[in-house]
Amino acid sequence: MVELSQTVLLKAYRLMRTIREFESRVAVEFEAGTVPGFTHLYLGQEAIATGVCMHLTDADAISSTHRGHGHCIAKGCDVKKMMLELYCKRDGLCKGKGGSMHIADISKGMLGANAIVGAGAPLAVGAALTARTLGTPNVAVAFGGDGATNQGTVFESMNFAVVLRLPLIFAVENNGYGEHTGISYHLGAKDLVTRSAAFGMPAEEVDGTDFFAVYEAAGRAVARARAGGGPSTVVSVAARWRGHFEGDPQTYRDLAEIKELRKHKDCLKKFRQRVIADGSLKAEQLDAIDAEVAQLIDAAVNEAKAAPPPAPEDLTTDVYVSY
Amino acid sequence: MSKKSFRHAITEAIRHEMERDPRVIFFGEDIVGGFGGSANKRGASGGIMGTTVGLYEQFGEKRIFDTPISESAIMGAAAGAALTGLRPIAELMFADFLGVCFDQIFNQAAKFRYMFGGNAKTPMVIRMMTGAGFGAAAQHSQALWPIFTHIPGLKVVLPSNPYDAKGLLIQAIRDDDPVIFMEHKVMYDDMMEVPDGPYAIPFGEANVTRAGDDVTVVAFGRMVQFANKVADKLAGKISLDVIDPRTTSPMDTETIIESVEHTGRLVVVDEAYPLCSTASEVISIVAEHALKALKTAPVKVTPPHTPVPAAPGLEALYVPSVETIEKAVLKVMAG
Repeated sequence: MVELSQTVLLKAYRLMRTIREFESRVAVEFEAGTVPGFTHLYLGQEAIATGVCMHLTDADAISSTHRGHGHCIAKGCDVKKMMLELYCKRDGLCKGKGGSMHIADISKGMLGANAIVGAGAPLAVGAALTARTLGTPNVAVAFGGDGATNQGTVFESMNFAVVLRLPLIFAVENNGYGEHTGISYHLGAKDLVTRSAAFGMPAEEVDGTDFFAVYEAAGRAVARARAGGGPSTVVSVAARWRGHFEGDPQTYRDLAEIKELRKHKDCLKKFRQRVIADGSLKAEQLDAIDAEVAQLIDAAVNEAKAAPPPAPEDLTTDVYVSY
Repeated sequence: MSKKSFRHAITEAIRHEMERDPRVIFFGEDIVGGFGGSANKRGASGGIMGTTVGLYEQFGEKRIFDTPISESAIMGAAAGAALTGLRPIAELMFADFLGVCFDQIFNQAAKFRYMFGGNAKTPMVIRMMTGAGFGAAAQHSQALWPIFTHIPGLKVVLPSNPYDAKGLLIQAIRDDDPVIFMEHKVMYDDMMEVPDGPYAIPFGEANVTRAGDDVTVVAFGRMVQFANKVADKLAGKISLDVIDPRTTSPMDTETIIESVEHTGRLVVVDEAYPLCSTASEVISIVAEHALKALKTAPVKVTPPHTPVPAAPGLEALYVPSVETIEKAVLKVMAG
């Protein structure tokens, strides 16, 4: 196992804590009715986006999912502008025209949350194709859930990436549910690793609530892609703490399962215990990050609530570059 | 300037733009041919209609390559590549294959710019064959431009001759928005004088192919050729103002309205299905903006609201013809 520097550990913790705080606050605000539209939270899965995106630069691209806020934060999107976007305000990342399910920042290589399950994979293929064509060392990551792996787009993209030997990582987040349907029912194959490997690429499975496990596996996959070794799949077994969407009564799920996940599959708790136990970080350092992040999210929400909405004339702009 | 086929005009447009801009890449199914075949001969086909002959030899595998039969991945790869700085041309062999990849076109590529608040552009061209006439039946003969025209964020191009094909395709490749470029499969052997160098024809500018005073005939794609024949046939008796909009999105409404204000009579000829169609749209434009100029009710000449039949006799009945267009012109003259 590689020893991680304090800088890397602190960054990882800050990112995971930021996602946790952002999403926890969105849950509260959504329930209070201040956030418009539909929203799907990343709570419980923070270690995956963080463990993968910490290997990426702004020049690397990711495609995301309907559960995309965590990917955005991990990829370096501005948290305040994200919150403004969730509130559909004029100064949001997408001028309030995208909202939770389409939040994007191309300048950060974040090609958008995506409201169509499985639709991000072909887009990541395209980003990897750009890297191949221009001869850059950039890579692309296609995030997607276990539910998305049943989409033809994902099958097509996996084969396409192998055929063209593209610098692409399929970051599969197996949180046990495709919307309201459990994986024991919706997956016909034995497991996702075997199925991904059947396309002709290396695939491995890790505990998605263990930052270190995700970070190491993603590091191997990213290094392989950058070196011209083609695509890989990393399946992270995740814990979905919330419903498919906010407001989902989760009648299909045993509440004890969620309690169990929160108790034993909390990536932040596990991270904290480990780095304190092995002496790499001190509790005070982590507490200080907690306080800063709480303040940041609080400010972001207050700012977003007070910010102006898009102007009526914004309705018809940004459809075409020229028309 | 020399006589060139529609097919050759397409190849030239792609070649000029690939020479001009290294960010232009081109991929699709069997556009090169010979990848993985026992002949081990890449470049074997140059596309099933021969529109890409010689391009692989000139530009190599990094710029032009064949893909698996995976239309969603092709369209998504083009969209993702466009978002990240390339200017891809993706080929959807037949327009009918839209059915297996529409999400990547209309929910992804078409919407990025708006959803991302103007902070993205998606410069890509999707080329596809379209139209009836080869007895290719219901799943290889459709004229689906109204579906694309309906979607905000897409531009839709329907060249009616080799000169326009070259200029419009060059414009499409240089354009910063996603463009649907539809080539009528019956027209690939059409010949015409076409300049040897590159030139771009702007979108949203109709071409008046015959100037006249009695009846405005708005025709799309291959139907422009039929409308021209009717105009030539009736010359001296009835004078037709034939308008080829060239692009259905954006649509040159101004030229259509001006013409109807002059003639007072309208016939619209379209090979697409009649319901919620581009033909309906033209009549709607005239109803909104030039109703008072109309001397009689406009007439739509389209196929019936049916799939495209396989039987040659039925297919001939299905597609608008010189005869059905002439009949419509006589009808509005009598009305």
